[in-house]
Amino acid sequence: MSSTTTPLDELLAIGDDALIAAQRLAQWCSRAPEMEEDVALANIALDQLGVARLVLSYAAEVEGAGGDEDTLAYLRDDRQFRNCLLVELPEPDFAFAMAKLLFLSAFQRLRYEALATSADERLAAIAAKAVKESAYHLDHATMWTLRLGDGTEESHRRMQNAVDELWPYTHELFEGNELRPAWLSIVEAVLAEATLTRPTDGWAPSGGRVGLHTEHLSYLLAEMQVVHRAHPGARW
Amino acid sequence: MSREWPLWEVFVRPRRGLSHVHVGSVHAPDATVALRNARDIYTRRQEGVSIWVVPAAQITASSPDEKDAFFDPAADKVYRHPTFYQVPEGVPHL
Repeated sequence: MSSTTTPLDELLAIGDDALIAAQRLAQWCSRAPEMEEDVALANIALDQLGVARLVLSYAAEVEGAGGDEDTLAYLRDDRQFRNCLLVELPEPDFAFAMAKLLFLSAFQRLRYEALATSADERLAAIAAKAVKESAYHLDHATMWTLRLGDGTEESHRRMQNAVDELWPYTHELFEGNELRPAWLSIVEAVLAEATLTRPTDGWAPSGGRVGLHTEHLSYLLAEMQVVHRAHPGARW
Repeated sequence: MSREWPLWEVFVRPRRGLSHVHVGSVHAPDATVALRNARDIYTRRQEGVSIWVVPAAQITASSPDEKDAFFDPAADKVYRHPTFYQVPEGVPHL
């Protein structure tokens, strides 16, 4: 991470990536193409949420403002979120969901692998657990990218479209780290096998890590936070 | 052509040393996806260490109509059960 990034910012970046990814994946509940896929996406969403809870709880302690995972998840505004833009983008079809999961889980696996040897023992323990989950998410996204990319004319068109639309947003993942070559070797191999064209690098939108988000995050947060904000402290 | 994915029967081995037991079925377009779907649906609470999936169409099942011919003749063959042996004293694990 760059020298201007605090340890708290770094924790929020990790936790918020997982939290917002979980929320987007959860939106597939009851809408996935098949019931089995519905369960699979919910499982992946819960894995992401599990990591988000551990990391945001830790972040709240580091912040030392008396908050907890819930105050961080439910009471921050969009400008205070540190997630990458990729995770907040909408998923207009299943190909978008799988392209996002492919790009994100390949990155998360590499990031968690690196963090697992971190000097911060608590973060290292969380990352060590998350590596296995990310490996499974990557496997799931790879499986679908291959089938959609190398499937019918229509599935290929949609998958290529999703890859093209999302590719610019992947550059932001590698701000302040050296993981892009390893990430490219994973992702390029999958795209090639799926008969998809690897987009050329160009436009590289960014800003998520300093709180400058797309308008999509506000809508996502409105849905995610509305109950907690309307009934503060409500319990089941 | 039906747009619905074919059905696969799922067998899970709960622990090493036990055999695979039928737990249910999943829909999937191919064997690899069937295995992943079975993992997500039937082993999310650590129910198993190994999974088999079998195309449901490949299973030949006995018919309920044949029940009498298949199973009833065994009912009165008590000598097929090992109940006529004397168990010697002090043999705990026979």
